[in-house]
Amino acid sequence: MNNRISFSRIRESRLFWVLTAWAVILGFNALFVPGFFRINVQDGHLYGNLIDVLNNGAPLMLVAIGMTLVIATGGIDLSVGAVMAISAAMGAVLINPAPGDKLVSNEILTRNATNTPLAIIVIATLAAGTLCGLWNGLLVSRAKIQPLVATLILMVAGRGIAQLISNGQIITIYYTPYFWFGNGYILGLPVSIYIVAAVAILAWVGVRKTPIGLFIEAVGLNSKATYYSGISAKNIQLLAYTFSGFCSALAGLILSSYVHSADGNNNGLNYELDAILAVVMGGTMLSGGRFSLLASVIGAIVIWTFTLSMYALGVPANALLAGRAVLVLLVILLYSDRRLIKRRGKSNPAAVQPQDEKPGLPHP
Amino acid sequence: MSSSRSFAARLMALLVIIGLVGCGAQTATEAPANAPATGAAKTYSDMVLCYPQLGAESDWRTANTASIKETAATLGIKQLVFSDAQQKQENQISAVRACIQQGVDVIALPPVVEDGWDAVLTEAKNAGIPVIIVDRSVSADKSLYSTHIGSNMTLEGERAAAEFNKMMPNGGVILELSGTTGSGAAVGRAKGLRNKLNSNITILDSQTGNFTRAEAVPVMQALLKKYTPGKDFQGLFIHNDDMGIGAIEVLKAAGVKPGDLKIVSVDGTRGGFQAMVDGWFQADVECNPLLGPQVFELALKLMNGQPVDAEVLTDETVYYPENAAELLPTRKY
Repeated sequence: MNNRISFSRIRESRLFWVLTAWAVILGFNALFVPGFFRINVQDGHLYGNLIDVLNNGAPLMLVAIGMTLVIATGGIDLSVGAVMAISAAMGAVLINPAPGDKLVSNEILTRNATNTPLAIIVIATLAAGTLCGLWNGLLVSRAKIQPLVATLILMVAGRGIAQLISNGQIITIYYTPYFWFGNGYILGLPVSIYIVAAVAILAWVGVRKTPIGLFIEAVGLNSKATYYSGISAKNIQLLAYTFSGFCSALAGLILSSYVHSADGNNNGLNYELDAILAVVMGGTMLSGGRFSLLASVIGAIVIWTFTLSMYALGVPANALLAGRAVLVLLVILLYSDRRLIKRRGKSNPAAVQPQDEKPGLPHP
Repeated sequence: MSSSRSFAARLMALLVIIGLVGCGAQTATEAPANAPATGAAKTYSDMVLCYPQLGAESDWRTANTASIKETAATLGIKQLVFSDAQQKQENQISAVRACIQQGVDVIALPPVVEDGWDAVLTEAKNAGIPVIIVDRSVSADKSLYSTHIGSNMTLEGERAAAEFNKMMPNGGVILELSGTTGSGAAVGRAKGLRNKLNSNITILDSQTGNFTRAEAVPVMQALLKKYTPGKDFQGLFIHNDDMGIGAIEVLKAAGVKPGDLKIVSVDGTRGGFQAMVDGWFQADVECNPLLGPQVFELALKLMNGQPVDAEVLTDETVYYPENAAELLPTRKY
């Protein structure tokens, strides 16, 4: 009896299915991708597929953390990819001016130097993204525009803004200290991982050690009840969207540093969809309410483990999207199965209460 | 009485406007066909040129865009209808259709992929608008477009093969990081390489990085985990400089030093020159994006009904690390 309860508790856990999905992919790799788990020390840092998963996946993990909080309030942020492009463009033009529609033969464009100190570049990049997030938050919380529509505006306009900043060019960056964020190492691990860890801890402390997390879930579950309890749903929403903008800005910084360029069209392309997938795989429902930051981060890792495994098998980039769709479908089906079991198992009268019908609520 | 007069005046005005619009439309669509008959040669100030750019995927492309825009401004053409298809063929097709509707004088099209252009090129032909295919090639029938201007992609692949033959006289194994699947550039470069590569050099694996850095990086990472550089392969052929720059970053992380691998790339952009200065690329096959002047010259000829060559090739070369540092400051892209 006791055993059965603990097993069901594990299965109810938000982490269970996303970890299962990860384990299945890793198991597949162990069989079909020789050397996938090999980690060597190379020039004083760790080197291997798993390290690549962490480093490549870092921007997505950051975006997923921000997206989790937004989704938990019952909203959605479609603009994250565009905000990444805006931030990246911001950083790049501060390093070197964008020549625009002129062909210039000028060594200034390729020199390993910057027009702006690195600290100011980072601050400006983060500020640009955070402002975008604030804008989304104002549209949703104050102008009462539906989140899907409000963030769609910036999703569409954002790439245009990024191109305006960069004068429609791909700006190649030659300033080496900027590359540290995407390619540097601290104690053998990629810098980007430390950034993700710092943001994740910041978010976790913010939501679990203060009432903010409770308020976010309350807004997502039942905004009317929240209103009557005296919680300012408006400010909670504003905070969530602004934080999501901040996370996207950091992701844009890492990504542009990683590929040495700012590209208004392609930086952060489809990241909004990947981030939503990561959050959904992590068990947070799109209707809002209970959430798990850790599960979303693992969701992002699952997506990148899958991507790199497919590349290792030689599946071309275009066919990859189809494979990813199958992966997501499987995980979502597992979840719907979980809810089915839960509903069938319910026989006590408490289950009749409408709030318990909301998936993802804790057990009493 | 006065009201009926004003009605008549309005009717007249309307008829005049309709007439004007009708004439305008007529001259716009039939001008290319009638041009020789009218005698008065058209100039750049009459030209409305449509350039549905395929995207902004690389430094090469942005240089190409800048060249077109800059030349248009210098020549003082009447209007440049420019659009960005974001590397999607459907966007490009609808941009071409919009230009046909607008009745432009000439369409200069850099096609994102080779196939699937027959329908829209037929529409342009029926509307009497000459089409110049720029840069990448199309598989459509040659009668559907006036001319193709651009690089000989197969020749670029053959030049790269010659470099490998020179660097690996005793044979060896190379990897290929190719461009967008189905694009004229990727098809031509792959074919050229295979045409001229010595039989003792084998191509171990070939994967696409879609001509972008962001996609080249994870592909290269996966390739490096599968094959050990130096042991399993000694050379790397990369279809453009942007993917090359992404690949270099991956090689660095894997502990590969400049010169450990024989790397040949295509384009000759500033980034590629920098890579040669740093010792990563052993050769960079030029692919010139500065096609603006030639495109407009061809367009003017077509507007005036003059004959043009069916295939115009740009003059190109191969660059080496020896003089890369000295040439780098002069590179325009």
